[in-house]
Amino acid sequence: MYGWLWLEPVIPFATSAALLIAGRRMGRRAAGWIGTGAIAASTIIAALLTWQFIVHPPSGGAYTQVLWQWFAVAGFHPRISLYLDSLAVVMTLVVSFVSFLIHLYSAEFMAESEGYERFFAYMNLFVASMLTLVLASNLLLLFLGWEGVGLCSYLLIGFWYDDEVNGLAGRKAFIVTRAGDVAMTLGLVLLVTRLGTLDIQELMHRVTLQWHYGAMVAEVAGFLLLGGAVGKSAQFPLQTWLPDAMAGPTPTSALIHAATMVTAGVYLIARLHVLYALAPMAQLAVALAGFITLVIAGFSALTQHDIKRILAYSTISQIGYMFLALGVGAWSAAIFHLVTHAFFKALLFLASGVVIQALHEEHDIFKMGGLRKRLPLAFWCFIFAGSSLAGLPLITAGFYSKGVIMWSAHSSAQGAWWLWAGAMAGAFMTALYTFRLIFVVFYGEPRQAHPPITRYPGPAINWPLGVLGFLSMLAGFIDLPAAMGGREALSGFLTPALPRFLALRPGMGEISSELLASILFFAGVYLIYLFQLQKPGWSAQLAGPGLGDTAHRFWFADWGMDWLYEKTLVHPVAWFARVNKADGVDRIYDGIAWLSEYFHRGLSRTENGRLRWYAGWVTAGAIVLVALAKW
Amino acid sequence: MISMGLLFAGVLFVLGVAGLLARRNLLMILVSIEIMLNAAGVAFIAAGALWNQADGQVMFLFILATAAAEVAVGLALVLQVNHLHHTVDADAVRQMKD
Amino acid sequence: MILVWLLIVLGAAGGLAVLSERWGGDWPRWVTLIGITVDFVIGLAIWIGSEIHPPQGQWLVSLDVNWIPSLGIHFHLALDGLSLLLIMLTFALGMVAVLASWHDITEGIGFFHLNLCWLLAAITGVFLALDLFLFYFAWELMLVPMFLMILIWGHERRRYAAIKFFLFTQISGLLMLISILALYFFHHAATGVYTFEYAQLLNTPLPAGAAVLIMLGFFAAFMVKLPVFPFHTWLPDAHTEASTAGSLVLAGLMLKTGAYGMLRFVLPLFPSAAHELAPYAMVLAAIGIVYGGVLAYAQSDIKRLVAYTSVSHMGFVLLGIFAAALAPPGSSAARWALEGVILEMLCHGFSTGALFLIAGFLQERLHTREMRSMNGLWAVMPRLSGAGLFFALAAIGLPGLGNFVAEFLILMGTFPVSAGLTIVAAIGVLVSTFYGVAMVQHAFHGPNRHNWQAPDLGKREALALVPMMAVLLWLGWYPQPVFNTAAASVEIIANQAARPVAVEARR
Repeated sequence: MYGWLWLEPVIPFATSAALLIAGRRMGRRAAGWIGTGAIAASTIIAALLTWQFIVHPPSGGAYTQVLWQWFAVAGFHPRISLYLDSLAVVMTLVVSFVSFLIHLYSAEFMAESEGYERFFAYMNLFVASMLTLVLASNLLLLFLGWEGVGLCSYLLIGFWYDDEVNGLAGRKAFIVTRAGDVAMTLGLVLLVTRLGTLDIQELMHRVTLQWHYGAMVAEVAGFLLLGGAVGKSAQFPLQTWLPDAMAGPTPTSALIHAATMVTAGVYLIARLHVLYALAPMAQLAVALAGFITLVIAGFSALTQHDIKRILAYSTISQIGYMFLALGVGAWSAAIFHLVTHAFFKALLFLASGVVIQALHEEHDIFKMGGLRKRLPLAFWCFIFAGSSLAGLPLITAGFYSKGVIMWSAHSSAQGAWWLWAGAMAGAFMTALYTFRLIFVVFYGEPRQAHPPITRYPGPAINWPLGVLGFLSMLAGFIDLPAAMGGREALSGFLTPALPRFLALRPGMGEISSELLASILFFAGVYLIYLFQLQKPGWSAQLAGPGLGDTAHRFWFADWGMDWLYEKTLVHPVAWFARVNKADGVDRIYDGIAWLSEYFHRGLSRTENGRLRWYAGWVTAGAIVLVALAKW
Repeated sequence: MISMGLLFAGVLFVLGVAGLLARRNLLMILVSIEIMLNAAGVAFIAAGALWNQADGQVMFLFILATAAAEVAVGLALVLQVNHLHHTVDADAVRQMKD
Repeated sequence: MILVWLLIVLGAAGGLAVLSERWGGDWPRWVTLIGITVDFVIGLAIWIGSEIHPPQGQWLVSLDVNWIPSLGIHFHLALDGLSLLLIMLTFALGMVAVLASWHDITEGIGFFHLNLCWLLAAITGVFLALDLFLFYFAWELMLVPMFLMILIWGHERRRYAAIKFFLFTQISGLLMLISILALYFFHHAATGVYTFEYAQLLNTPLPAGAAVLIMLGFFAAFMVKLPVFPFHTWLPDAHTEASTAGSLVLAGLMLKTGAYGMLRFVLPLFPSAAHELAPYAMVLAAIGIVYGGVLAYAQSDIKRLVAYTSVSHMGFVLLGIFAAALAPPGSSAARWALEGVILEMLCHGFSTGALFLIAGFLQERLHTREMRSMNGLWAVMPRLSGAGLFFALAAIGLPGLGNFVAEFLILMGTFPVSAGLTIVAAIGVLVSTFYGVAMVQHAFHGPNRHNWQAPDLGKREALALVPMMAVLLWLGWYPQPVFNTAAASVEIIANQAARPVAVEARR
């Protein structure tokens, strides 16, 4: 049974290749079926393997499948091999299952879009790359998947290539994430030149043997790999690409820019937790990146108008929580939040897709309103997923997964009260922006006359929404805090791969932290209810001229980060490229050519055709020669 | 004795050069060249007399032959120039430039 | 003897191409194609043979005949793993070049194919020659057909480009001639034997100052050909103005002769001088990587863009070669770097060559190379655009395609020598993203605002491109055969390059 593991990434890869080569000849229906069917097959294999893993765990807690030797040069022997441990089991199951639901949704959602086959080809390639990423047993293969998902992200953001804005957004995403990948490449080079291998298990073994706690080289390696992770996961300071990435089709945003790819950084750091446990500064940097991101993205989410951009900032902010969890050593809490976030954020995006399509590509929430009655399914999806995102106490998945992180931020050995306070503030912000979105879009009166909704979603859209809604609520019950029943289905399952979290700093019980989070949730919802629905004038006043307006615009523009990068990096490079288009170095050679031409012209001026002039020069030359010979 | 001969040759040569540089008439230039050739011949004869060798006179015969050939070709060219340009002014004939 | 046949077949095919033109324009094409294919098959047979019966020592096949005994000149050809890979690349790209110029070249067909054949023969000679006189002969012989190919079948500014190409390579080649002669006389002074033989010159004792100067002569020729910043400016002009096949051979093969020369001659002949030069060469390489990338991004002419990417990629090659010269003896770094360099040469040949083909196909259809007037071609030519995307991704070093493995190995080999330059080179990989996506964006994506209508990729064009894709995928997922073939040569070059360090260490 374990022998089937390789099929998991290979099936989508093969169908992707088939769709790219012969998609046009297959026709749309067949393309949709093949694309979705391949992911279904992968999901079934993932589910069977999960079952197998639970019932008959492989010896040593992990199964390794070597496909072939990639290459072997002078002591460096990376293999194309897959590694299935409990972490990989969780990741493959979530990735393939969510991908399946989203593919099903896309089969209907994209039905009228041009390039339907191409869409499924890219999406399948994405799933193949993502599964390679999470299954790779060595970092070089992981990097292959890592770049593969980046490529698919680029291609899918710019999927509707007719509009240059989409292309620009895709370029931005690709370049910013690859900027992180430069650091990651260097990290891999550092690891392999120092430790001689990139096989993750062997590498972690050698790390513990050869590097002591706090070793400089471990810190540097940790920082470099973190560079890759913040790029891919859109964390501070490389978060600027994700909001623009919303230019892609909505299923893409749901799958790549919410549920799976952007959490690859979280997976990477969890996978290399042994290294980070030895590098306290690098780990603190992970926590700080998460901490800063979750706060600033929360503010930005609160000021956006575009429904997908709100969700994008929310994604950035939620991944910030995961980074915070990683930074304080709560490894399984990060994965827990990754899983629940995949469900509710995918649902939010898919539901927003329904709204956008119903309103004929309208993205601005302030042109919507009163959609509760007209789009009930989307409304309920938003209620479920939004409550989960904001952490509605006791019954939603997000409440449990985020609660663990907030408490860990305080009680971990690496924790601190200010990390905890930031996480709490972030939770409050989450409630604000989530319910701002819900109230504006679904309550009140329609702010603008829209043409009547002609297309209501069919079963291929409704079913995935329903399943994800169900999971957004119930997925939280796989792991419950000790004081609320103490289930450890997920963290216990992950234990062989990720060490158990140890609460070392007393001072706050888990219950009190959860209680405060609940209070903040209700306070936030009430506040935004007051501002958006009861007293709309207040919010206008708040954002009016003066400090409020300035802050609003600053947050709206993502804290000026885009502006900063434009001024410091993009413009200088573009300026240099523009002024030096003709290659300044060539002017040197032009100079040499000009010089020889100059002398040529000077000498040819003496050739004036006057016979006596020549004779005179001959005479003068003769006199000079004779004179020289005499002296 | 030898110095007188060489001095005469030198003066003759300078006269030829001066004529070459000063005159614009192609015929006169040819005449000047003849004078310079003869100056060289005189120098040869003087040197031959000094060393008591016949070589100087042999060389003069060579020069004589060369001068004759040169005049033949030169006069033909001058005639051609005159035919084409209706002038024998050296400065007016600058077609060779460029 | 088989090695001479490689040359004879190409030479004869060239002659026949001219003679057969009278029977129709397709005759020279077929004759040339068959000739190159025969050579390709011979090369493949040698390769497979060497896999089955691994050779004793470095050379798989060799041929040594006295040529001009009084001057110590031999006709010495020999083939090791490194040359084998490069001549395979030569013949593979040669076949592609014929296919690519099928409709491109309509005038002087016979003479064009004569030039192509003899150019390939000269390049093969460069990769095979082990006598320095013969090597120089082949080196200069490359120049003439290439010059004619640019001058006669080039684009608008072909005269300028051809003369520039000729001057750069000729002047640098003459410097190498002086160095070859100097080495010849120094060897005579030391041993009393006049010889141009590579193996004998290898251990010539040279005064330190003279060694550096002689090496610089060789380095000058190879540096211009490679090309190294700031001697690269002939390249964008020559590549842009040459016809498609010309650009393909220039980028895919001619640049490799520079790298080959450094590997075969500069490192082994002058190990200690190369050791001294290495830091400067590596700095130039790192500058070239980033500079070439940024300038590629700046271009709006698609061929010029691709030409500048070569400057960037050849920076990686130079970086790897001289990192190997500086690597501590006995470490793996030199082997990583050199294997990476060899793989990079092959992958660059295919990826950049294919990009030139695509640029050529676009020009055939649209009669422009200006990307500003392209845009939105995906809607019209999805297959051609998809191929363009594929090779652009190869050029930016996407994992799964050969260039990634090569560049990663070069970075691995460089890191122990200089972390700083490794960082610059890694940033170069990021810069490659700029031009890669810019090209895709400007040429293929965007709205089709000029309403282009043109046929998609034809069968013959696909026949040229698909094998190149397959090779890049093969090298990306399983490059081991290449590494195995090159291993013996890499081992020897690494040891030869490490000699001065070993001597110093012993002291």
